[in-house]
This record gives sequence, structure tokens and C-alpha cells, in this order.
Amino acid sequence: MIGVGKAKQYANVLDKPLSRGRQEVSLSAFAFLFSELVQYNQTQVDNIAELERRLEDAGYAVGARVLELLCHREKGNRRENRLLDILLFIHSTVWKVLFGKVADSLERGTEHEDEYMISEKELLVNRFISVPKDMGAFNCGAFVAGIVRGVLENAGFPAVVTAHFVPIEGQQRPRTTILIKFAEEVLQREARFG
Amino acid sequence: MASAAIYSLFIINKSGGLIYYKDYGSAGRTDTNDSLRLASLWHSMHAISQQLSPTPGCAGIDLLQADNFDLHCFQSLTGTKFFAVCETGAQNIEVLLKVIYELYTDFVLKNPFYEMEMPIRCELFDLNLAQVIQKDRVALLGR
Repeated sequence: MIGVGKAKQYANVLDKPLSRGRQEVSLSAFAFLFSELVQYNQTQVDNIAELERRLEDAGYAVGARVLELLCHREKGNRRENRLLDILLFIHSTVWKVLFGKVADSLERGTEHEDEYMISEKELLVNRFISVPKDMGAFNCGAFVAGIVRGVLENAGFPAVVTAHFVPIEGQQRPRTTILIKFAEEVLQREARFG
Repeated sequence: MASAAIYSLFIINKSGGLIYYKDYGSAGRTDTNDSLRLASLWHSMHAISQQLSPTPGCAGIDLLQADNFDLHCFQSLTGTKFFAVCETGAQNIEVLLKVIYELYTDFVLKNPFYEMEMPIRCELFDLNLAQVIQKDRVALLGR
């Protein structure tokens, strides 16, 4: 780590203040690393669903850690326990730390009560990626879906999270929608909360 | 002044294989075989010129001027060559080729589904390239 030599030595790791973070990393470095992650996983699978699952698992680990870190750093060791609050936490706090901006939109599904959508016009991980036609609807946003699932599940909101391309009228590029479908128990608990 | 300065664009890999070809002018349209031949011919000429050059450290032909067209070439450090056939006396093509190189590094090399040295089939590269060429055209008309 850069500058580690100059850091003040603390006897106990817990006395050390948690780094403020917020430093930006090079987008290129990230893009190459992510590209390698996708390529590596591609060599390990023989179908697209499996690739999607592996990317999601990789994201899940990130989500679990991000939740832990941000609850401590941003929320003073408090964790959201209401459905809308945790969604807003992902939409703004998590997105800002990971992607430098708030997500474009957070909506509730029109057809199902238990579905929510986070949409992004140009998802950062997809910035340089063109999915070949023969891969169908595969979306590398599966990684981000995994992050969202990681945050939700570790906060006590089990859900199925998937990433989809949604075409927008008058635009050549589709946007990416992260679809969140909560487990039944989450909604039941939410109803009891009133 | 309806026609743009640039007629066609070629990208060839380090062994001379054509990996990208795009036609822009209505005049001088070449078919696939011709463009492949032209690409490998240019690759060899470029290599020969390096050895024939009287000045040491020559990197190859940058510009070929003919009666009816100019051919501008830009070679990246890894040996990928970008060259454009343009109107005679077209300006700023070197800059344009560098911008295209930048697009190549972004939208082709950072794409996990692209295999090195293989033909470029990346939607985002096409899209952004079209935008750059369009912008170049507008700038040219504005002059």
C-alpha cells in the first residue's frame, strides 16, 4: 500500500481510525481487472447461466464487505432494518462509494409488490464492454447484482437479484436494470413493522 | 463539400492481418478481398521502408501522398497499425488516428469478449468511432 511506511504505528489495530476512503482508483485499472475477472470465469464455465452465477458470487463477497465497512464508516455502526431505508442506502451510499455517483433511479415494480429496480443508464462495469450477439441477454452487471445481493442478504433482507438490459426509446444503448425480488419473509416482517 | 476528408479506415494487427475496415467515402469503395490485400500489402511496405530508410531508427511510413489521395499511418508501440485513406491535403488526420487508437484501447482492449489480434466486433467501438468521425466531419464543414 502506498505511504504505508509513513503511517503512525498503533499498538492495537482497533485504535487505528478507519480510513476515510473515498480515494478514487483508476478507471482503466479497474476496467482491465474486471475484464480479466470475466475472462477467467469464462474459461471455467460451459454455459452463460453459470458465468452469470460466478460473476454474481464474486460480487456477493464485495457486497458483504461493503455493507460492513459502510455501516461502520457512514452510519456510526447502525444498520438499516426497514426495506425502503436499506434500498435507499444501496441506491445512494453504496453506489456513491463504489461508482462515485448516486444510482440513476430506484423504482418499485409495477406488477409485483416484492420487486424493486435500480436502474443505471451506463453502469460503470459495462462502460467498455460490448456483449457479442451470440451471448444473448448476458449482462456483466451480474457482478453488480451480486454486490446488491451481498449487501441485502447480510443486512437480513434475503432477495434474488438479477441484472437486465432494458432498451430505452431514442437511445442506441440499453440501460441496465438491477431487479430485486425480496423473499416472502422480508415482506411479512415489513408488514408487521407497519 | 459533401464528402468527408476521410475515405476509409483500416486497422491491422502486428502480423499484418486486417482486423477492422470501414468505408466512409462513396468514391473508391473496395471489396473485402481488396481491402485484405491492401492491408497486408501496406504491412509489408511499412516493414520494408523501415529497413530501406537511410536514417537510423526509422519507424516506417507515416504518410504516403498520391495524386488522388493521402494515406496516413499511425503505428502503436505494440505494432498495431491504424491507417486512413483521405482526401489530398486533409488536415489533422494524425490527431484523428490517435483518437481512434484511444477508442481502440478503451472499447476493444478492455472488452473481455475481444480476443487479441482477431477481427474487431465491438458494438461500443463502432458507436464511438462513428461519433468521432461525425464530429470530425462537422468540424470540417464548419471551417
